Amino acid sequence: MSEDIIATIKENVIQGRKTQVDMGIDEGLEGTPGVVELTQQALEVNVSPQLIITEGLTAGMQVVGEKYSTKEYFIPDMLASAESVGAAMDILKPILESSNVETKGKFAIATVKGDIHDIGKNIVAILLKGAGYEVHDLGTDVPTEKVVEFVKEEKPGYLGLSALLTTTMTEMGVVITALEENKLRSNVKVLIGGAAVSDEFAQEIGADAYCIDGFQAVKVLEAFDIAKE
Amino acid sequence: MVPRKGILVDKPYERLTREQVELVHRASMQILTAPGLISFNREAVDILHSHGAAVESIVGDHQSWQVKIPEQLVLKALDTAPKTVKLGARNPDNALIMHGDEPRVYLITGSETNIWLDVDFPTYVNKADSTKEIRVPEFKPRRGTVDDLCQSAHVCEHLEMVDGYIRTVNIQDRDITEENKDVNKFFASLNNNTKHFMSGLTSLKQLDNVVRMAELIAGGKKALEDNPIISFITCLVKSPLQFVEDTTDTFIEVCRRGLPIVVSSSPQAGTTAPIKEAGIMAQINAEVLAGITLGQLVKPGAPVLYGSVPVRARMDTLGDSYGSVETSQYNIDCVQMARFYRLPNYSTSGVCDSKIPGQQSSIERLFSDIVVAMSGPQYLHCAFGLLDCNSVFCLLQAVLDDAHFKMIEFFLRQPRIDQRELEAMLKQIREVVATPQKLYISYIRPLLRSGEISGIYPFEGNGEADDVFELAYEQMKELLARPVEHIDRETTARIFEEIPGILPRLNIYERES
Repeated sequence: MSEDIIATIKENVIQGRKTQVDMGIDEGLEGTPGVVELTQQALEVNVSPQLIITEGLTAGMQVVGEKYSTKEYFIPDMLASAESVGAAMDILKPILESSNVETKGKFAIATVKGDIHDIGKNIVAILLKGAGYEVHDLGTDVPTEKVVEFVKEEKPGYLGLSALLTTTMTEMGVVITALEENKLRSNVKVLIGGAAVSDEFAQEIGADAYCIDGFQAVKVLEAFDIAKE
Repeated sequence: MVPRKGILVDKPYERLTREQVELVHRASMQILTAPGLISFNREAVDILHSHGAAVESIVGDHQSWQVKIPEQLVLKALDTAPKTVKLGARNPDNALIMHGDEPRVYLITGSETNIWLDVDFPTYVNKADSTKEIRVPEFKPRRGTVDDLCQSAHVCEHLEMVDGYIRTVNIQDRDITEENKDVNKFFASLNNNTKHFMSGLTSLKQLDNVVRMAELIAGGKKALEDNPIISFITCLVKSPLQFVEDTTDTFIEVCRRGLPIVVSSSPQAGTTAPIKEAGIMAQINAEVLAGITLGQLVKPGAPVLYGSVPVRARMDTLGDSYGSVETSQYNIDCVQMARFYRLPNYSTSGVCDSKIPGQQSSIERLFSDIVVAMSGPQYLHCAFGLLDCNSVFCLLQAVLDDAHFKMIEFFLRQPRIDQRELEAMLKQIREVVATPQKLYISYIRPLLRSGEISGIYPFEGNGEADDVFELAYEQMKELLARPVEHIDRETTARIFEEIPGILPRLNIYERES
């Protein structure tokens, strides 16, 4: 029974079906339970959250990633799957917290001061949530003080900064300097992204990584995790 | 039987106003009476004369006649010429149905080239840094063979956008002669391609043999009438305003048999036609109308296509410049003239001056492919794979052209904006604006695999390298590896039994045994 439901969760992650109203890719799925309903059903029959995450959600995302890399899937497919995983994680989070199970980590993300562009930031947030990170979206045009305050209070392991404009990308350096001044820089890995920035720019301002897109962000974080181990 | 869809152009692009079209028509009528045409073909003279054309013998080395065709003869021919022409196919689902007043574009290969361009990808090493290597395409020209023609027909069978096949390469094997060329080119093409096949004839003596071959494949004489799997093209007119002796013979014989035929004229603006648009248009229209008139006098109702292959001369060599912008203008004008007469039109695009695939080739051919397709000719000979003014054929280029035509086909789709669609969009906009992320991405998914969103360029490489040729080459090999539906064993045996001259190596069943 639990194996069946886990396999169905995995399949629905692959189909990118968050709830029963979603169509997915294959025909005839609309109206059948999606990842949210299936996660609830799994918990009701006492399937462990860890099993749901590892064998259902993560295993499903693994297949989605492979399909994306072979060009069978497109970004909207990836996002739909990531969103369904994110919604399942919202259900599982209180249970994991009460049983002291750690998530993959806390990730704060913001578009820097002066810049209101958020498409890329939002996509990265969805993908990271789908990859199992606890994502805190601070929004757009976020003042440096607010970012520093969040890092001080909430202690995220990772901070993602986004900027589209060449006129606002310099704010990323300002944030990093402010973190250093507040003795917080060593507590948090800073990842930057956006059309205006580059690997060279990341090195110039002392960021830990430049990510060309959300998929690279997931890979970079996984590499950090491996380095930690 | 459902014919091929082609591309139905919603609002065809037109260069000429109605008044300009009528002016060209009037000028053409005047040309047909003064000066009229010079005919080197006696039978054409007799036919036209017996129906009221004024004929006068011209003294010279070659026997010829000045023929003045009265307007009422032309108008009567325009009346009897079919406004709908069907071109059948071995696979009846590949039939083409062309209505003269409907801008549904069918994309056709051809025409014949002498040179076949092989492609190879040798590796080059950077002199300054031997760790750096790149693969660069090298193109090697050679004379076309019957095996090449089989390969070309095979790949074109699988090219999605190709609606019909005109042979792309002239077969020049040692065992091909003027006597057996026609039967071999027809058999090689028909045996490797189930789409409509159009060709010229090398020797009129072979007409009966190729028609018999088509009857055997179609299932008999009546079946061929209903499903004309082959058609013909003849340049019976040599510009300016001359009926050629041998091709006019072919034209008359094909019309007699009631098989579809293109009345084609290919004047070169600057040398064999005036360089000014008004002049070449008046002349080419007169030349095509003269051919159509002759065909309808031979057999009223004979299925003919208004064929136009106008081209501008290069100013440096006085050779053809198919890549010139004016060439596309002339072609579009001809599409309008054919539509004015409600006759299906054979038009030309995609022929380029470039000698090899590359940037020049892509720009020249895409420019004319887009604009001429937009004008809505029914039978667009769009030179899949052709280079160097139609003298070179490259399979790799044909694969690229197919991808480019998919983009053109998508572009020419009708806009879908109506009340119902807009109501759905208003609902979507309101829903998304109310979400924190404000992204429409989730609405893309139902459309991703429905064909409603155009694909990315199929030969896009990774990173900054331009891998277009290599990726297209891979696709070409994949298409060649796919099977084709050959003519069945029994019919093949009958063809080899009844039709003399077909090379034994083309019999795949004998080869297998």
